[in-house]
Amino acid sequence: MKSFSKMVTPYLVWMTVMIVVPMLMIVLYAFTVQGNSVLTFQFTLNNFARFFSDTVFPSVLWRSLKMAFITTVICILLGYPAGYVIARSAPNRQSVMILMITLPTWINMLVRTYAWKGILDASVFSAEFKVYVGMVYNFLPFMILQIYTALSKIDPALITAAHDLGADNRQTFLRVTLPLSVSGIVSGITLVFLPAVSSFFIPKLLGGGRFVLIGNLIEDYFISTGDWNFGSAISLIMAVIILISMYITRRLDKQTGEEEGD
Amino acid sequence: MEHKNSTLNRLYYWLIIAFFYAPIIYVVIFSFNSSKSLTNFSGFSLRWYQKMFADRTIMESIWYTVACAVIATAVSTVIGTITAIGLSKSRRIIKEAVTQVNNLPMLNPDIVTAIGFMLFFTSLRIQTGFTTMVLAHIAFCIPYVMLSITPKLRTLDPNIAEAALDLGCTPLQALWKVIIPQIKEGIFSGALVAFSMSFDDFVISLFTTGPGINNISIYVYANVKRINPTINALSSIIVFVITAVLIIINVVPMIRERRKGKENEKNLKGALD
Repeated sequence: MKSFSKMVTPYLVWMTVMIVVPMLMIVLYAFTVQGNSVLTFQFTLNNFARFFSDTVFPSVLWRSLKMAFITTVICILLGYPAGYVIARSAPNRQSVMILMITLPTWINMLVRTYAWKGILDASVFSAEFKVYVGMVYNFLPFMILQIYTALSKIDPALITAAHDLGADNRQTFLRVTLPLSVSGIVSGITLVFLPAVSSFFIPKLLGGGRFVLIGNLIEDYFISTGDWNFGSAISLIMAVIILISMYITRRLDKQTGEEEGD
Repeated sequence: MEHKNSTLNRLYYWLIIAFFYAPIIYVVIFSFNSSKSLTNFSGFSLRWYQKMFADRTIMESIWYTVACAVIATAVSTVIGTITAIGLSKSRRIIKEAVTQVNNLPMLNPDIVTAIGFMLFFTSLRIQTGFTTMVLAHIAFCIPYVMLSITPKLRTLDPNIAEAALDLGCTPLQALWKVIIPQIKEGIFSGALVAFSMSFDDFVISLFTTGPGINNISIYVYANVKRINPTINALSSIIVFVITAVLIIINVVPMIRERRKGKENEKNLKGALD
């Protein structure tokens, strides 16, 4: 048995080199001056000061967070009923219904976003609206899948019990079904909010380049401008905000879970 | 859950389905358009398909996408399997460390993982290109492979491997003949996830590839600013291939199960008679 544990060693080396070191490099670049060589670092906080003292950057960050938040809310509102309908279908039809929802997600995300371009370019909608359509279109399947999974795990006996105890349909839904599916909504939020905040090709493809989100800033600073230090600082700010929001979401999930337990 | 739906419920489901499929169908229809327009259908033609197959950049991007996905899947599945098995026999602290590090690329936005790779490769003065792209793909696929194998390993009875060793198996034989056959479903689904992640990847490829090396996503990204029906043809082909593969993967087991069910019914009836 001991000999098997040695099989981990190569991966320990690999993950240190290919995952830990690259992540540390982002932090290092974010806190150093541009143009330094590997041996002479000049530490600075200027990259962060530059971001927050500017008038444009914080508003771009705010817009990205707002768009990701609204996208997540729309996905819950559209996705919950869909997951609910599937979970209420005949058991032998559910797998086909889920397959129909997940099938498009196997097609390349860029191709799926491009698919909307033809339709939306001919329309009169605002750039903002087009970006919302693209985001909801790309991320809604993940939300439906998570909510369906949570709903399908609910024991039918609980619903029957609620009815037997005199609850009407609305009460049963609000006090039994919905609380039991919160975990699905929470994992759905993680799968929608995270890629929505950092998305940069959806705004670029559908917003026509005039619609800049935080992901577009990072791309510009790395690929066009070549200011990697400032680009790293922006990504670090984004990563920290995402971590905090994920932490809050999980806490909320735990809290509702504990209340149920009481 | 009660298994009843009103007509309204069913209508809602089909509206959502229409939302998901309409743009895809739109792209496929206009890939057969004889004119360049993406709004007026002027007649059936295959000119955009001809143009696509004649375009060397597109053909190369398809080749790079497939080659990268095949290599990344093979390598990440092998490394992921070996590591997951080793990890199931390791001390707790190592398990925790690997899980936490694996979470980094899975929980971080793609773009953060991507710039990490880019900074890493360029600081080491490695010329970015196909090799760096494949290395990055392997790195972000391994955690997903391990994620689908680890739960299978947890349900394994550790005594079985022990028994194989007691009965004279070498550790390698125990691995190959006892452990791997029991987790092969997890390995297979891990490989499938790795392939689709690599095949669909855009963000990490964009930041780790070098000049002249494009995958399909990067090609689409670089060429959509102008109206370009060749991309409709390329998209349609991807849609056809993926639909066919998914139908085969999903429908064949369903049919098989139904057949099995019928056979069981027959056997049962036979037994009762």
